[in-house]
Amino acid sequence: MATRTITYREAINEAIRLEMRRDPTVILMGEDVAGGASTHLEEKGEEAWGGDLGVTRGLVQEFGRSRVRDTPISESAFIGAAVGAAATGLRPIAELMFVDFFGVCMDQIFNQGGKMRYMFGGKAKVPVVIRTLYGAGFRAAAQHSATLYSVFTHMPGLKVVTPSTPYNAKGLLTAAIRDDDPVIYFEHLVLLDTSGPVPEESYVVPLGKAEIARPGKDVTVVAIGRMRLFAMQAAEELTKEGIDVEVVDPQTLSPLDESTILESVKKTHRLVVVDEDNPRCSVANDIISLAAQQALAYLDAAPQAVTAPHTPVPFSPPLEDGYIPGPANIVAAVKAVVA
Amino acid sequence: MAELTKDKLLWIYERMRLIREFEDRAAELFAAGQIPGFVHLYAGEEAIAVGVCAWLTDRDFITSTHRGHGHCIAKGVDVKAMMAELYGKKSGACKGKGGSMHIADVDKGMLGANGIVGAGGPLACGAGLTAKIKGTDQVTACFFGDGAAEQGTMHESMNLASIWKLPVVFVCENNGYAQTTPSRYHCAAEDIADRATAYNMPGFSVDGTDVFAVYEAAGEAIARARRGEGPTLIECKAFRYYGHFQGDNLSYYTEEEKAEQKARDPINKFIQRVLDRKLLTKAELAEIDARAKKAIDEAVQFAEQSPYPVLDEILTDVYVSY
Repeated sequence: MATRTITYREAINEAIRLEMRRDPTVILMGEDVAGGASTHLEEKGEEAWGGDLGVTRGLVQEFGRSRVRDTPISESAFIGAAVGAAATGLRPIAELMFVDFFGVCMDQIFNQGGKMRYMFGGKAKVPVVIRTLYGAGFRAAAQHSATLYSVFTHMPGLKVVTPSTPYNAKGLLTAAIRDDDPVIYFEHLVLLDTSGPVPEESYVVPLGKAEIARPGKDVTVVAIGRMRLFAMQAAEELTKEGIDVEVVDPQTLSPLDESTILESVKKTHRLVVVDEDNPRCSVANDIISLAAQQALAYLDAAPQAVTAPHTPVPFSPPLEDGYIPGPANIVAAVKAVVA
Repeated sequence: MAELTKDKLLWIYERMRLIREFEDRAAELFAAGQIPGFVHLYAGEEAIAVGVCAWLTDRDFITSTHRGHGHCIAKGVDVKAMMAELYGKKSGACKGKGGSMHIADVDKGMLGANGIVGAGGPLACGAGLTAKIKGTDQVTACFFGDGAAEQGTMHESMNLASIWKLPVVFVCENNGYAQTTPSRYHCAAEDIADRATAYNMPGFSVDGTDVFAVYEAAGEAIARARRGEGPTLIECKAFRYYGHFQGDNLSYYTEEEKAEQKARDPINKFIQRVLDRKLLTKAELAEIDARAKKAIDEAVQFAEQSPYPVLDEILTDVYVSY
């Protein structure tokens, strides 16, 4: 089958569609994932929105309202129902509209979904995927823009996936749906409209495997989610100054592909980690700690973290733009470690 | 009144007696320092779990609470595995990893006791959704307390179950107290069952110490759920003999209240009724008493003789990468 250029949004949609075709136990639920339930649209087999940002467009037409379920604005109830359905034989995909909303349903995610298999001595499995939007740059202000994957990465029993391209968005979501543990799948708001080559057929990008997005020999830049794109731009710019950057995209934060990161650091002897999340207890600092504990002797300079400041996301466009780590910050950090 | 066969009556008595025996023994063992952690005991509420689970098979599901031993026994979980779990032993229902507050047996449809008050509501909706989407006639009973009735999760769950017509029966075990706080203080409603109106589902308030009343209400609700007509809320008013947990000083109970509890004992009530109506004989009851005592003796012996899990077990049954 052919490979063509589609968006990150379309890649996510396609992964859900193909898995729903392949496995009748896969269902989708969330606020307005179709939209217009019980209205004239439902009678005609149509949808209102297909998700707030159109990610799940067209799925209700193919799979119907039993498997594509609009929910009330009751995140505890429907995220918890997805966990309960997973424990009893379905493979639900639940949509938490924005990750900032985790505060109203976290118990069901980390105390129920994340702990059930362990608490029950391995006698339960919870194959649920929670898809959620995150990230600054959408002018969505403080309560619809946070990153927060570090919170979920901290919690045992959960897997955390951060796709950065249409290709890995599709393959990682396919892997997440087929996985028997709860997976939190982070969709970056600003990446939805980015495009790239994606094969038409179903494929898996395995959880726990990093990708070398750009090989290089002078410095390792580990970049998560949207930050990969900025790291690639920075790397391009740095070639003009003769600095050869290796960009490593972890792709999943839990499991974390420690060996690919460490091998790269041992090769380049320098490390910069780029992370859009707030810095305290962050994935960036966790990866730096990993390098310090396991590859200190290889490091020729103190590793650098390039992160957002430790603040909520501001609304005003110049403030928000300044909040997000960008290519210039990465260039500066790389120069600092190669100096 | 729903018909109760002799076999069913014997089963009901056997399960209630087994729960009481298990809880009384757990109380003693805890007080003696044999059981680590803490235990929330179900004695006094036996009629609720048994009256509801009398209608369920292993294919049906229940969600439970921190006070879950009674639900487990009513749903048929093995008392040996339960006692071993309380001890934290390898042979426990959850290999010793869950403890009293997380006992589960998914094969028996028991989706876990739960340490988070009100957390079972959403999970019950999920089990109901599985049955609905797969087109089976499985029913889920969601046990929750009067304390949990004040959690947002329960409101969200009852609304969700109603709009989706999920085969879930919400069983509110109103034992009068959320820890030490009386329901007359924490609950704005006279009867929690009245809230069913707001979710457009039937609601009943019954005497939770009368297993016949619980059995009858649950029978209607479960039949309705199996017919695909949606959820029901049943409030069962009862009491807890041991208070919130074993070791509770019970200072908030008055002497009159304690006397009233004894007068309402669900097992004594059952005995009186079946003897009065000549449904069962004293000999039949005595035989069950002896069997229950023996089963719990054996469970304690099993738990005490079982080994603890080996340390490597820390890292199994969970995704780990660190």
